Amino acid sequence: MPDVVIVGAGIVGAACAYYAAREGLSVAVLERGTVAGGTTSRGEGNILVSDKEPGPELNLALASRTRWLELAAEFGPDPFELEEKGGLVVATSDPGVAALTRFAEGQRATGVETVAVRADQLHDHEPNLAPDLPGGVLYPQDMQVQPVLAAVSLLAAARSLGATVVRGEEVVAAERGPDGRVTAVRTRTGSYPTNAVVNAAGTWGGQVGERLGAPIPILPRRGFILVTEPLPRVVRHKVYSADYVENVASDVAGLETSTVVEGTQGGTVLIGASRERVGFDDTMSVEVLRRLASLAVRLFPFLADVRLMRTYRGFRPYCPDHLPVIGPDPRIPGLFHACGHEGAGIGLAPATGKLISQMLTNDQPDIDPSAFAPSRFAQVTAE
Amino acid sequence: MTSKSERMFDVLVVGAGPAGLAAATSATRAGARTAIVDAGVAPGGQYWRHPAPSEDGVSAAEVAHLHHGLATYHRLVAGLRAVAQFSEHHVWTVTRDTDGFVVHVIDRTGGGERAVELRSRRLILAPGAYDRQIPFPGWDLPGVMTAGGVQALLKGHGVVAGPRVLVAGTGPFLLPVAAGLSESGANVLGVHEAASPLAWLSELGAVIRNVNKLGEGASYARMLARHRIPVHTRSVVVSAHGTDAVERVTTMRLDRKGRVVSGSERTIAVDVLAVGWGFTPQLELPLALGCATRVDVDGSLVCEVDDEQRSSVEGVFVAGEACGVGGAALATVEGEIAGTVAAGASSVAPRLRRSRAALRRFAQAMHRSHPVPAGWVDRLSDNTTVCRCEEVSFGALRSMQQDLDAHDGRSAKMLTRAGMGYCQARTCGYAVGCILGQEASRTSGFAERPVSSPLTLGALAASSPTERA
Repeated sequence: MPDVVIVGAGIVGAACAYYAAREGLSVAVLERGTVAGGTTSRGEGNILVSDKEPGPELNLALASRTRWLELAAEFGPDPFELEEKGGLVVATSDPGVAALTRFAEGQRATGVETVAVRADQLHDHEPNLAPDLPGGVLYPQDMQVQPVLAAVSLLAAARSLGATVVRGEEVVAAERGPDGRVTAVRTRTGSYPTNAVVNAAGTWGGQVGERLGAPIPILPRRGFILVTEPLPRVVRHKVYSADYVENVASDVAGLETSTVVEGTQGGTVLIGASRERVGFDDTMSVEVLRRLASLAVRLFPFLADVRLMRTYRGFRPYCPDHLPVIGPDPRIPGLFHACGHEGAGIGLAPATGKLISQMLTNDQPDIDPSAFAPSRFAQVTAE
Repeated sequence: MTSKSERMFDVLVVGAGPAGLAAATSATRAGARTAIVDAGVAPGGQYWRHPAPSEDGVSAAEVAHLHHGLATYHRLVAGLRAVAQFSEHHVWTVTRDTDGFVVHVIDRTGGGERAVELRSRRLILAPGAYDRQIPFPGWDLPGVMTAGGVQALLKGHGVVAGPRVLVAGTGPFLLPVAAGLSESGANVLGVHEAASPLAWLSELGAVIRNVNKLGEGASYARMLARHRIPVHTRSVVVSAHGTDAVERVTTMRLDRKGRVVSGSERTIAVDVLAVGWGFTPQLELPLALGCATRVDVDGSLVCEVDDEQRSSVEGVFVAGEACGVGGAALATVEGEIAGTVAAGASSVAPRLRRSRAALRRFAQAMHRSHPVPAGWVDRLSDNTTVCRCEEVSFGALRSMQQDLDAHDGRSAKMLTRAGMGYCQARTCGYAVGCILGQEASRTSGFAERPVSSPLTLGALAASSPTERA
């Protein structure tokens, strides 16, 4: 009988499996689809500190970043294309520079490295940027991994520590003993007796929570990414516009776009990011693609002549307060949640996995998890 | 001609090959405001591929002898008089709208690139198919070409791919390729057909109903005989050799079960190897709209259509190779049915239904008689390239399966980059699916292409949605 059943083989489930297995727990990971086939494979593999304001999520991100570096050294050489490329946030207006500078000062106070970049210095960092941008901030700690490779590597490491990964297993319910504790996880094909369950189902964490008898408020937020033809290294950092600081309003209802442009080891340039609350609707939106293309060309004019090869889309798991849900569910003893990381799941995965393993083994958590507790939601405590 | 600025049509046809041309002429004849969009410079698609009018050295008349059924072609093109024609327009995606569909195209006339939108109440998708390819050691050497590519060079540019050509693979398409090359002056060393000449014996029912098809094959066979081109059946090219380009190929005999006979190797000096293993339908547009698919007899993923060529999506018709590879004659009939029904006609002539049924039987018989012989995966070595764009080897795919326990197409893309390059898995998708041990039905990840024709970000950014009527 496994000590813990982890639902979901995305990046967070993989990290939970790895850290739990490293603590000596016997682990079974159940995945209804393919490994890393959900939101994990739909993003850029961001490990960012730059986009987070001071607070619990930034603390988690800083801790997680350190763990990513440890994992890369442990699994190496170059196990999952970790690149400490740094992030360059550029403002598009003078008030934008002021807002960005204030934002960066706050981050600095909590341990984020920031370097102010004047207009005349921007091209030293990114030679192909548009000539008329007023300034920005460099975040040397921002990194990137190949997310599928990272998840698959974590699972491979967990397997070598005795964990099992079962594909094609869809969870339908939790079985509970007379004291209410979890005794088993029921799937479409069978039952897995266990003392503990971790809901690491990402965007589908709300549904899985409901099936286990403990709903949590996680909803999908759709995003598109454009992928260009392969190019030589023309974009060095993860470059994005400071829209999120400047609070640029969107004239399309429910659609928010900010610009993120970066190169990959494969040579393609990735362009994001859009945010829409449209449920699980996965139809193509030409309007969103058009907007992303315009914004990217604004930052990097050379992109106008570069061809778009493909697009992909995914659904970020978001909670009403935009913080992940990490911790025990007070309604069902033995059930833990580790989901709802919105667009930051890759970056936050190792710290989340570590926290979960500490909770499973009753160790002292190395970061304060209270802000992520499922009990913060009224619907969780009302029952 | 209908003004191109009026961009709401009753019926819009994508693709101007046999199916698309027949669909457009039928729809316009039935009174629908019709448009036809195609990437080519002149209508005809791959089957009736024609040289660009401006191109030096070769005219349509000079390649006329390479074509079959040109009378049908001229009749269909003449029927386009009232149809708005958008040639050199590449469709990059299709979306749905409240009152129909929006076809997003890149206008490449005049060498530029402009993204525009065309709107239509109903759509007929006739995207055709491209060569199905199978890797073998040496297949990435210059001079190893697809049979379709060799044919396109000849029909589109009047260019003979090389002096000494060996044609190999399977299926009736190899015959016109060999015949055309020979008529144009190439030394065709032989046709190596993997199938057994006896395979058709069990398909007599389908053959008898398609006597004209038999005549077509016989005329090519006579041409091959006249040029003394040997046809070797149950023979397969197992490897190609050369330093900078192909110089020699090795063929082997196949036994009745399609397995290579050891000791039967023969080495032949060549300048060009033209290989054809049938065709893969282009499904990106039907898939973008969510049309239901099925797996055809030849293992290809194709669109599911009803008796009147309707897909599972209301208002979307599919005709030609995309609903099952069957050749130009079948495509023309399917196009005619789709065009007639999409234009609102209440019934389809029984003659068309009968003709389609007979041609489909013939196509199925052809697929059963010309399977891709199993065993090609066993002939790959770890350093054989499978995905040429991203240079992914067979060994890389195998170690992904063994070391990372990943077995699906999506993982192959993410973990090895197979299928992620310029061709977007058009070349390697079928092979990667087979190597992973999957059925075509599960490799739709390799058939889906959200951007079915690459466009510049500048053109995309500058495009603007058309005003509502």
